[in-house]
Amino acid sequence: MPILEGQGVTKFFGGLAAVSNVDFHVDQGEIVGLIGPNGAGKTTLFNLISAALPISSGEIRFKGQKLNGLKPHQICKMGIARTFQETKVFANMPVFHNVLVGAFFGSTGHVTQAKAAGEAAQALEFVELSAMSMTPVKDLTLVNQKRTEVARALATKPELLLLDELMAGLNATEISEAMELVKKIRDTGITIFMVEHVMKAIMGICERIMALHHGEKIAEGTPQEIANNKKVIEIYLGEETHAGS
Amino acid sequence: MDLITRLFGNRKWLLVGLFVLLVAFVATFPLYGGAKVRVLITMLVYAILAVSWALFSGTTGYMSLAPAAFFGLGIYSVALLQDYLPFHIIVVVGGLLSFVFALLVGLVTLRLKGIYFTIFTFGLVIFIGNAINYMETRAFTRHGWYFIAQDRTMLLYTMLGLAVVTVLAVYFIRRSRLGLAMQSIGGNEEAAEHMGINTTMVKVLTFAISSIFMGAAGAVVAPSLIYSNAGIAFSPTYSFIPILGAVFGGMGTLYGPVVGGLVFGFLEKTLRAQWATYFMLGFGVIMVVVILFLPNGIAGLVPMLQSKLGGVIRKLRKGGQAEQHANT
Repeated sequence: MPILEGQGVTKFFGGLAAVSNVDFHVDQGEIVGLIGPNGAGKTTLFNLISAALPISSGEIRFKGQKLNGLKPHQICKMGIARTFQETKVFANMPVFHNVLVGAFFGSTGHVTQAKAAGEAAQALEFVELSAMSMTPVKDLTLVNQKRTEVARALATKPELLLLDELMAGLNATEISEAMELVKKIRDTGITIFMVEHVMKAIMGICERIMALHHGEKIAEGTPQEIANNKKVIEIYLGEETHAGS
Repeated sequence: MDLITRLFGNRKWLLVGLFVLLVAFVATFPLYGGAKVRVLITMLVYAILAVSWALFSGTTGYMSLAPAAFFGLGIYSVALLQDYLPFHIIVVVGGLLSFVFALLVGLVTLRLKGIYFTIFTFGLVIFIGNAINYMETRAFTRHGWYFIAQDRTMLLYTMLGLAVVTVLAVYFIRRSRLGLAMQSIGGNEEAAEHMGINTTMVKVLTFAISSIFMGAAGAVVAPSLIYSNAGIAFSPTYSFIPILGAVFGGMGTLYGPVVGGLVFGFLEKTLRAQWATYFMLGFGVIMVVVILFLPNGIAGLVPMLQSKLGGVIRKLRKGGQAEQHANT
């Protein structure tokens, strides 16, 4: 059963269709990957789901409920959390307070101080950042800033997590750790929809992959199917590349 | 020595102690201060303006130049209501009027970002001053207002009460959920919105709350102006005073703007009496020095001195202990 569903999703920037008539669905408990060349509309699609941008036409449903016209803070409270391609942390605040924001405001109803603090600590432990909880985020390395973003998103108690290029800029070891983290998050019952350029990661952990090009969906299927898809190879992967690299 | 280390080690209690001493000093001032009470009132006004400005602009990063609008609204509350209501009620009314006005203004302007928001708020001050001036002179053929004289000591105590309320309110707001939300908006507004914060609501609400104190301060100042008109009440100076005070004192903390406002008020009142126009020149130099060497304002001095003094004290103690060891 799909937790997230889009029909005819379209976004125009002036005359340019950044996302054009895309149908998609993400099933409960899945890890779905979204790939495509730069400018394909991947982040725009994420921005439409999280309501950072208003949709031009079509509709997106989360657990059967229409998301059109909602504000980002309402989307978050419904159970969709996200991270950003270029990290958007609260740089001057300590790691713990960054995550505390998610715990306090991310879910509906009143959250007590003690409960929020507990949830923030738990999220930090989950991403293995507890040791740095009082360090201002601006003093952290990129990978730890990204972990902070993940912890902050997890603290909102999401059912669906949108990860926008979590692995970009990380080294090989960090990528393996990030892959483990994504699987660990899925194992807690959170559905994951991720934009990624690192093929090793996307082929390794996704159950299903969608490919976008010029705002249109050009392929969808299992990692094997995508790796062998002629169109995807031609446009994105390149002849030389093979799925494992 | 133990007491000193404990005091410097626990900044919170040191600040609480200083705050209580300050309040006690102001409260007893009429006994020995004489005519200097006016200076003290100005100092308190500047502190209130700086603290309430920093509450919104210092944390969210939205630089507001609207304080003069709310301050003027407070002055006008007294002008219009002084014949009908007791003074202290008018002070409250002035605060509430500013709150309502700020809510309306906030809903319109807080969609603007960066410099556009700043310019709009400044335009607001100019617009209100001119609009009221136009209405008064054309429609009512009126040229300004005279205020009913009030006892100076009473005004001082009212201002002191308002200052205490302002500082306490800001203290609790900074520590609350609202404070955390404001801080995260200042950190990254888009991320804050995606973490479930209704950023528009938070911004409008804190903008309006901060204006309560500005409006009330304007109302308390009014009687000592004796005479006012739209040009005086909505003078843009009152939009810059809070910023100067807050930057001078340091925006990152609660006590920074308090100290900055007090010192700025004191410098202005005492130095201007002696040097008239040269005052601004001198103050300009002081500001430049503060910004260059104390990027966190005067408040930045405290942790700096704390670490230096703490180091000296530790060294002294170690020296003492070493001597004791040597003796035994």
